[in-house]
Amino acid sequence: MDYNVLIGGAAGQGIDTLSYIIEKTLKRCGLYVFSMKDYMSRVRGGHNFIQVRFGDKPIHSHDEKFDAIIALDEDTVNLHSKSLKPSGKLILDKSISDNDTYLSFDFKAVAKECGNPRVLGTAAVGVLLKLFGIPLDVSHTVLDDEFKGDVLNANIKAIDAGYSMAKQIFNVPLGKKDDNIYISGNEAIALGAIAAGVKFYSGYPMTPSTSVMTYIAKKSHDAGIVVEQVEDEISAINMALGASYAGVRAMTGSSGGGFALMVEGISLAGITEIPIVITEVQRPGPATGFPTRTEQGDLRFIIHSGHGEFPKMVISLRSPEDAFYQTARAFNIADKYQIPVILVSDQYLADSGVTVKPFDFTKVTIERHISGHEALENGVYKRYKLTQSGISPRIIPGKVEGATVLIDSDEHDEFGHITESEDVRVKMVNKRMKKFKLLKEEVQEPLFMGAENPDILITCWGSTYGPVKEAVDMLLKDGMSVGALSFGDIWPFPTKLIKKYGKFAKMIIDVEQNATAQLDSLMRENALIKADEHILKYDGRMMSSRYIYERVREMTRSSSLY
Amino acid sequence: MNTAFETYETAWCPGCGNFGILNALKDALTELGLKPHQVVIASGIGQAAKMPHYINVNGFNGLHGRALPPATAINIVNKDLKVIIDSGDGDTYGEGGNHFIHAIRRNANIAHFVHDNQIYGLTKGQASPTTAKGQKTSLQFDGVILDPVKPIKLALTMGAGFVARSFSGNYEHLKKMMKEAIMYDGYALLDIFQPCVTFNKVNTFKWYNDRVYELPDDYDYTDLDNAFKVADEWGDRIPIGIIYKVEKPTYIDNISFLKDGPPLVDAKLDPMMAEKYLDDFR
Ligand SMILES: Cc1ncc(C[n+]2csc(CCOP(=O)(O)OP(=O)(O)O)c2C)c(N)n1
Ligand code: SF4
Repeated sequence: MDYNVLIGGAAGQGIDTLSYIIEKTLKRCGLYVFSMKDYMSRVRGGHNFIQVRFGDKPIHSHDEKFDAIIALDEDTVNLHSKSLKPSGKLILDKSISDNDTYLSFDFKAVAKECGNPRVLGTAAVGVLLKLFGIPLDVSHTVLDDEFKGDVLNANIKAIDAGYSMAKQIFNVPLGKKDDNIYISGNEAIALGAIAAGVKFYSGYPMTPSTSVMTYIAKKSHDAGIVVEQVEDEISAINMALGASYAGVRAMTGSSGGGFALMVEGISLAGITEIPIVITEVQRPGPATGFPTRTEQGDLRFIIHSGHGEFPKMVISLRSPEDAFYQTARAFNIADKYQIPVILVSDQYLADSGVTVKPFDFTKVTIERHISGHEALENGVYKRYKLTQSGISPRIIPGKVEGATVLIDSDEHDEFGHITESEDVRVKMVNKRMKKFKLLKEEVQEPLFMGAENPDILITCWGSTYGPVKEAVDMLLKDGMSVGALSFGDIWPFPTKLIKKYGKFAKMIIDVEQNATAQLDSLMRENALIKADEHILKYDGRMMSSRYIYERVREMTRSSSLY
Repeated sequence: MNTAFETYETAWCPGCGNFGILNALKDALTELGLKPHQVVIASGIGQAAKMPHYINVNGFNGLHGRALPPATAINIVNKDLKVIIDSGDGDTYGEGGNHFIHAIRRNANIAHFVHDNQIYGLTKGQASPTTAKGQKTSLQFDGVILDPVKPIKLALTMGAGFVARSFSGNYEHLKKMMKEAIMYDGYALLDIFQPCVTFNKVNTFKWYNDRVYELPDDYDYTDLDNAFKVADEWGDRIPIGIIYKVEKPTYIDNISFLKDGPPLVDAKLDPMMAEKYLDDFR
């Protein structure tokens, strides 16, 4: 059983704080929560909303029908009241509408009584919590963590007042113990990086990637990490490469446009063989695109980022939990192969909050692959020593007496010196490309969900994992033979499972948040498998499980399969 | 003079002003008692930027215009290393102009040597940001129509704590300036006149020799107003020497765990130390 609520209003009306109070309260009641943000690229005005879904089982995506809506403005009423379920309730201040099918209250008067006009929304939250029978004292603990002094008192008064104004109508099965955490995709990336020992993060703010940097910055003093806001993304990647060369784990990140500026630096990481982890939190492009919306339009660009040919790894992130572990893994892979590893996320995952089991920090390992004196031959160090594996021993500048480390963006010999030799060029290209072969062994196959050997195979990557997972469950309940492959590691492209399931399936439906089915093109290119149908959405809004479910039903109805 | 900083075969034209800079640098490092593994030279792309290949120290020969960001990070990550940048005027003031401005603000501990030949050498003679207005080049056939960048003045305006100029044709002076810049705590700009004998037929050894003069011993380099006046001197007489020098907190001074703790590169990594942050999400 799960419920779904929406809080809508103009930017600046505080819906972020209100939904946060709701989310944290529900979570602390032992419920599973999933929240999704829809916001505009402006600081005041406009229309923003947050959807919060909750229940007694893990939730992986948002839904489109609501049990309750808090409307802080008229726009919310006009845009969303039609999405209320028949039993759904719309909560608002009576000055917005006095339609008596709504739950309208004089929140303004309540706020006045509490001594702070800004707590109007908190009173509405009180009403909402009462509708669902959520214990009031839990919400107090959340307010207690958020506010201090007079502001705290006003908020507590307001939530209590709201609570006493309504009657419970829904029966939420409250959990008993609250072990879980509630975290967003970007926070999970940041936490994964800190666990992995990142010591240097350079970045330039760009929605929706910024909060990765913000969370690391918050912990920087405690964890001893330097976070530098740089002049541009070109500086960001070049600084991170300098830090990594000098011996620490370094990271940078951005969204599409900023990542575009980093591309020459990715190529530099390629030829200099400096390990680096980069996150690309996608938003719709081209150029500045749709700044606060979601899309999966950059996959092929990311895979091909950097001029010339060199190995890199691209990992797409499915969920906050996946983001945490994969970020930590990315650092080990970058260090092991001395390559750039790019983590691909998007606004949906970045901003969505999800209840998950606490991350297991004992599962995070730190494998640096750094050498010392033993890397010298007769007292001499070759940074680009030609080896069987293509991986050269890496030492840290200044750490081995008598040895110096030279890296070079030009083609170079084993010592790192510029070369014009065709023979050395071929050897160095081969050396780097050997690592690509090893990487292919390292790659994790996509996650399979659903019926074994299904007639209908759904393919997807990254953050569509949640909606697809839930859609598969709905389709299985209808008795359909359906399964899905959710790609995480995506470059080098893993081919085993797609070949196995793809050959067997009667229909392959590729599901992506873009217009050109980029995953499908990779399947064709690398595994000679192609999708029969596509569910593509590129209006900047994430597809829900319901959306996928309905499209699959339509497609299978019109085919002879079902 | 020494073998620790042995040089390698270079790809510079015979007679190039870069040789004077290489010789002075080798000797400056030796006289400062530094060992090769304690020094890093970062550079961009260009003739000047090939320096890390011609001297035995740690080297980060990165991208055109991008020497400053990695150099800054190298200093932040390992304060025990002496970080030097050797790069051209195009690299520094053109492609890397934005980094130049912000590197001064960061004030990391870097000695930045700009080989200012007032031309693009490696790409064969196009104008650089410091090429004189009106000068004809292999690309600006009718002469440069833009006003040149004034590196010294720009650095002063941005608040750099160490701003100096020298000349590749004056070994003793150059070596002294290099040592001063390397020993300075913070970002130190040393703009070095470096004749490009192949592509710049105007700013030759003779042209500089006829004009440069050393700032007198009693010149007060802590006086900013004076420094601005000196920075504006250009034409028949061009001053070389420390134009401005004051003490300023460095990037590292501003972050307590960097200042008081061991270098970041020596930090112990332990995933379990981050587990407590889970409380933020409960
Ligand atoms: C991004 C990029 N743009 C252009 C070039 C080509 N390029 C190489 S060196 C150079 C100019 C070098 O001039 P300067 O920095 O003054 O150094 P010099 O060769 O005179 O020592 C240019 C334009 C490049 N390598 N990379
Ligand atoms: S082109 Fe000019 S700067 Fe380059 S090596 Fe030759 S003389 Fe020196």
